[in-house]
Amino acid sequence: MANGPSHTESAPGRTKRKSLRTQLLEARPVNRDGFVDEWPEVGLVAMESDGDPRPSIRVESGVVVEMDGRLRAEFDFIDQFIADHAIDVATAEQSMAVPPDEVARRIVDARVPRAEVVALARGLTPARLLDVMKTMNVVEMMMGMQKMRARRTTSNQAHATSGRDNPLQIAADAAEGALRGFSELETTLGIVRYAPLAALGLLIGAQTGRPGVLTQCALEEATELELGMKGLTTYAETISVYGTEKVFVDGDDTPWSKAFLASAYASRGIKMRFTSGTGSEVQMGNAEGRSMLYLEIRCILIAKGAGVQGLQNGSISCIGVPGAVPSGIRAVLAENLVASTLDLECASGNDQSFSHSDMRRTARGLMQLLPGTDFVCSGYSSVPNSDNMFAGSNFDATDYDDWNVLQRDLKVDGGLRHVPEEEILAVREKAARALQAVFESFGFPPITDAEVEAVTYAHGSEDLPLRKVVEDLKAAQSMTERGITGLDVVKALEAQGFRDVAEAVFNMLRQRVTGDLLHTAAIMDAHGEPLSAVNDPNDYAGPGTGFRPTGARWEELKRLRYTTNANNPETTGGGQGPAVGTGGRVLTLDERGPATPGTRSDEVVVAVSPAFARFFTRTIVDVPLAEVLRTVLAGIEEEGVSARVVRVLSSADLAFIAHSGARLSGSGISVGLLARGTTMIHQRDLPRLSSLELFPQAPLLDLETFRKIGRNAARYAKGDAPEPVPVRNDFMARPRYQAKAAVLQLKETEFIEARRAPIELAVSFG
Amino acid sequence: MSRDAQRPSKPLSYPLGKHHPERLHTPTGKTLEAMTFQAVLDGRVTAEDLRITAETLQLQAGIAESVGRTQLAGNFRRAGELTAVSDERILQIYNALRPGASTCDELLAIAKELEEQYGAKSSAALVREAASVYKRRGILSDSHG
Repeated sequence: MANGPSHTESAPGRTKRKSLRTQLLEARPVNRDGFVDEWPEVGLVAMESDGDPRPSIRVESGVVVEMDGRLRAEFDFIDQFIADHAIDVATAEQSMAVPPDEVARRIVDARVPRAEVVALARGLTPARLLDVMKTMNVVEMMMGMQKMRARRTTSNQAHATSGRDNPLQIAADAAEGALRGFSELETTLGIVRYAPLAALGLLIGAQTGRPGVLTQCALEEATELELGMKGLTTYAETISVYGTEKVFVDGDDTPWSKAFLASAYASRGIKMRFTSGTGSEVQMGNAEGRSMLYLEIRCILIAKGAGVQGLQNGSISCIGVPGAVPSGIRAVLAENLVASTLDLECASGNDQSFSHSDMRRTARGLMQLLPGTDFVCSGYSSVPNSDNMFAGSNFDATDYDDWNVLQRDLKVDGGLRHVPEEEILAVREKAARALQAVFESFGFPPITDAEVEAVTYAHGSEDLPLRKVVEDLKAAQSMTERGITGLDVVKALEAQGFRDVAEAVFNMLRQRVTGDLLHTAAIMDAHGEPLSAVNDPNDYAGPGTGFRPTGARWEELKRLRYTTNANNPETTGGGQGPAVGTGGRVLTLDERGPATPGTRSDEVVVAVSPAFARFFTRTIVDVPLAEVLRTVLAGIEEEGVSARVVRVLSSADLAFIAHSGARLSGSGISVGLLARGTTMIHQRDLPRLSSLELFPQAPLLDLETFRKIGRNAARYAKGDAPEPVPVRNDFMARPRYQAKAAVLQLKETEFIEARRAPIELAVSFG
Repeated sequence: MSRDAQRPSKPLSYPLGKHHPERLHTPTGKTLEAMTFQAVLDGRVTAEDLRITAETLQLQAGIAESVGRTQLAGNFRRAGELTAVSDERILQIYNALRPGASTCDELLAIAKELEEQYGAKSSAALVREAASVYKRRGILSDSHG
């Protein structure tokens, strides 16, 4: 497989000329992604490789003496750690007797309770867990994830970083991210020495946005622990584990050092999870000829054995490697599922730039968003990716609205919500002010009012005044030297008048006395209480059960930046078209009694709909109806034909309206107009559902077109046969306007008066 | 393992901070209930108060075990032992456990220290186990032979 020719397009002897379509395809974003053929001998293969061991287990006197074809004496340190700490020797032989496809079926089958699967999985070896995953397709894996996720309620996590390590930006974006719904926020740095200030900005920002959001600063292991001990962070995540001994040693750790670290964090009451992911071993050149997923399963079992509550996985920073090979994104989902099946919290990736193709990065994200995981992203970028110091995420701040729409479309809870602009600006400013005050209190380089204002309205670091980095770094150093703790931050906030933020930070510190956040998949809920797999265990048991958005949360998910609402359809569609304004002209339509058939052969009747210029004042694209009517009349009069305006009240159907007008017209020609702008030229002698010219796509009708419609109607009245008015075709009009058109049409029908005949209107423009 | 002796007869309701604040204490002997924001304002809370105790970690271990999380409970018990160890010493021990950082004797000395000074039996066992595995896999420091 690996040695075969690579599949390129250039067969010898063919002409070099490429089709226009090929040229277009070659320029598509997806072709800027890197793809490689499998090379199993070095581990460049996702999850199906002959190089992976055959599953086996042998237990003697309570000790695993053989695992996956290897005798105990030959165990590397990972094998030994897994055998001695992760695998339940009491049930292993029994669990291993269940065939892999049967294990997979129990994972998928909604009628098998989660606890039963967890108990079964406790006795499975890495190679057997791999075999189980190999029997499953991604839909089955998603079914499994829906049930096996530890916490019932899904949530999300974000990165809040700054391209210039500006703590003020971190504070403002953390506040906004917290308000938007993230349960955890993490930061990291370009210049590591900035860390204490970044952690400070993140802590204050997060607690300003929503009290209870957990924060962490990704650093080298020992430094990260120090920040946590001081109470400047409230969880830790970047504790990496690896699937081969060599790579583990290269990472300067072992399963024992990491297990000790896990206990060290818990001994300080700090939540912690490990990190691993497919592709890291092959990336570091020591995959020992094993598939990426096999090695990752070893990592997951190390986390389990160390007694850490959870794991961040889903390839993480190596996503480009599994992403490049066949079935790689399936393997990434499989690693999330294995973590959940082993009863660990899973923060499921989607946290690194993955693809140039929006289609592809969305498809990758759906694997976790649809079933729901403990943290759908283990780092959605709450800043623009250009400011993301984790090297970019699969989703960033510019994707917020897309994410909200996906949640609403599919009725799935990805942890976020739409927040009105005023609320966002308010928390951004408040977080910036709080950090400004704390900086002042600690005697750090001042944050100016100009900086506060800039960050309130900023998108990224480039929108902010530059800080004096050397001065800031001195402050960061003094923060460490002076031993400033979370409690000092509480006191400074309180002294500066930010009592609510001070209380929120204090409550996070107080949490560590209780240890409640140490449990599997713990977050703080909206009421400031710990929510974990202990008091919120996943109880999915098939359709109608488990976690799904309901009640107030579903109402929240329904809200978007722009929706059309029947109560006020003209104002809620904001941003959907060019702002034309009212044109300053006031249209008055005075009713003059029942319309009578015209006697002049040189007249055109303009028949308008029931709500035209009554309820509605603008077309679907905000063209003022005064301008529409004036322009149509002007077009008719340009041709020396006179016009009469009538309103049809008994129907909101355009053909009916236009035909009614034609029957009243002396020439037999009419123009029918719906309030939203849809227009038709009709003739008395034609069947009602026919027409001379139809302009069905109201969004494409501008005033120039309305003038031409008026002119053509007049020409028909004079007996000419004009060229039909050209119409454009916009294949995106449907996604943009179809639903709004339906709302407008439904609104129009509310104005129908079925028994009333058409009435004559006197038109005046004020 | 004699875990049964340590386990409370019936696990307490989670979260402990909400349901059993009277059972939780700070290392300085104050109750969680005394840890109010007002106490901070009055200067009655120090950084030392904001730490978890070995007793609380035992209670949390009991909860973890009651929901079938054996390894997590084990971690909480090791953590309980380590509450007595200073931040500085914890970081030193962690660094000593890195590959190639220590000789076998150095690791065994740490295990002895953990056991004798802090009564940290399961942490000591973890370090001893590391020493033996590191020896077999050749990742001990060779600086002292």
